[in-house]
Amino acid sequence: MDYAATTPPHPDVVEAMLPYLKEKFGNPSSLHSFGQEAKAAVEEGRKQVANLINCQPEEIVFTSGGTESNNFAIHGVIHKLKPNKNHIITSKIEHHAILEPCHFLEKEGPAPDGAGAGFKVTYLDVDEDGLVNPEDVRAAITDKTALVSIMHANNEIGTIEPIKEIAKITKEKGVYFHTDAVQTVGQIDVDVADLGVDLLSASAHKFYGPKGIGFIYIKKGTRMTQFLRGGSQERNRRASTENVPGIVAIGKAAEIAKTELSERIKKTTELREMLFNGLLEKIPDIRINGHRTKRLPKNAAIIVKYVEGESMLLNLDLEGIAASTGSACSSGSLEASHVIRAIGTSPEDSHGSIRFSLGRLNTKEEVKYVLEVFPKIVQKLRAMSPLRRK
Amino acid sequence: MPEAYSNKVMEHFKNPRNVGELENPDGTGHVGNPVCGDIMEMYIKVKDNVITDAKFKTFGCGAAIATSSMATELIKGKTIEEALSVTNKAVAEALGGLPPVKMHCSVLAEDALKSAIDDYLKKTTGKGLPGFKPHDHTH
Repeated sequence: MDYAATTPPHPDVVEAMLPYLKEKFGNPSSLHSFGQEAKAAVEEGRKQVANLINCQPEEIVFTSGGTESNNFAIHGVIHKLKPNKNHIITSKIEHHAILEPCHFLEKEGPAPDGAGAGFKVTYLDVDEDGLVNPEDVRAAITDKTALVSIMHANNEIGTIEPIKEIAKITKEKGVYFHTDAVQTVGQIDVDVADLGVDLLSASAHKFYGPKGIGFIYIKKGTRMTQFLRGGSQERNRRASTENVPGIVAIGKAAEIAKTELSERIKKTTELREMLFNGLLEKIPDIRINGHRTKRLPKNAAIIVKYVEGESMLLNLDLEGIAASTGSACSSGSLEASHVIRAIGTSPEDSHGSIRFSLGRLNTKEEVKYVLEVFPKIVQKLRAMSPLRRK
Repeated sequence: MPEAYSNKVMEHFKNPRNVGELENPDGTGHVGNPVCGDIMEMYIKVKDNVITDAKFKTFGCGAAIATSSMATELIKGKTIEEALSVTNKAVAEALGGLPPVKMHCSVLAEDALKSAIDDYLKKTTGKGLPGFKPHDHTH
C-alpha cells in the first residue's frame, strides 16, 4: 500500500512498449521508414497524453520524469524572464524537486553582469491541513515575480491545493503558474484548461507507466528557455533523442487512465475510507493527517501517537505490507519531513507519521488484513514506548 | 530505511529482550528527546555490586529498539565496573554492526546504561558516575 511511491506498470503498457525496445528501435529524427515509424509512435503518445489533460499535443514536452519537469519549469521560466523578473513564489510543502532548484537559485546570488539582483524565493506557509491560502499568493506577488509554483496535491499528506483559485490570481497579475501534478495525473481529473495553469509536471510511474518518463505541459505562448541544449527535438525545447518506448508507454498509460479514471477514484476512495474508519475505530490516539475531504482518493496518511514511524514500517514490512513514513529515522537526516513540520505537527507526533497509499490492484481483503495486523503492531510498540504513560 | 539491518538487529527488533519497567529499580536512566526521535529509559536492579536485572522502554526506530535490547542483555549478570566497559561500539558489534546513520542509536544505548548506573551510584554513595555527561542528543 505504497502506490504514492510508485505503481506497477499496467500489463497493456508493457505490451505496448515492447516492440519499441525490440524491432521498432528507430530514431524519430531519421528520415527513413524506421525513423518515421518511431516518430509516429512519439506523436501518438503525445496525443494520448494531451487528451488526458485536455491540451494540444504540441503543448506536451516529454521529459525523464517529475523531477526533470519541475526543474525545467523553475529554471526555464526564471532564466527567460531574468533580470527583470527574479522572484519565485512556492510553498513550504513542495516536493524536493521544486524546493532544491529554488534553493540553488537563491544561492546563485546576483547576476555576474550586475544586471539585477539575485534570485529570490518566497516559501508560503500552509495551514494545519497543508492548504495554501490563495490570498497569501496574491500578497506575495511583486512586479519582480516571474513564477508561482504550487503542487496540485501533496505526496505525503494528500491535501489537494486550491489551484483554480490561485490560477485566477496569477492570471490577473500576469505571472506564470506552474503546478507539480505528479500525484494527481491519472489519479483524479486533471484538466489544464479548467485549472488555468501555464505549466504542469507529471510522471508516468505514478500512474501505471514505467520509470524514467514524464512530461511537462507548457501552455502555448509561455516563454521559457530550453532546458537541455543540443538537438532540435521536442520543438527545440528539450534536446535528446526521444525515449520512444517510454513515450509509447506513457501514452498508453494516459489512455488507460482516461478510461479508468472514474473507476479508480471510486475504488480508492472506498478503500481509503474503509482503512481510515477501521484504523480510527481500532487504534486509540491516532489522527488523520492532511485535509479530510480535499484529499487524494489514494492517500491514507495518519499520525500514530507514542510510536516511531520506522519501527512501524519495519513491522509492517515483516507482515508483507509496504507503507511509507515522514519520520526522521527513515531518512537518515534525523529531522522529520519538511511537510510534517510545515503543518505544525509537534516533534513527538511528527515521528509517528505513516502513509498508506492505495491503487488499482488493492482489494478489500488487503485493507482488512492491514486492519487486523496494524493495531497489533501499534500495541506492541506502544507497550515499549516511554511516551505512552506521559 | 536507509540501509538494510543485520539479521541480529532484526532479530532483536522482532523479539526485544527485557522490555518493560522494574518495580523499585536501584537505578533509572533516561536519555534522548522527542525532537531527535529517540527516547530510552533503562532500569537496573543491583545486588552486591552485580546487575541482577535490567529492563528498558524505548521510543524510536528499529536500531534504537535493538540497541536497547542488546544493551540490557550485555549488562545482566555483570558487575557495575564490567557494565561500565560496555561501550556503544560493543553494543553495535554484538548486533552484527549498524548502518552508519544509525550509530547514534548505540551511543544513546550506552548513555542510557551509564545514566542508570549514575543514578544507582547517586542513590548508594551520594556521588554520581565520575565525569558522566550524556551526549547531546538534540543533533
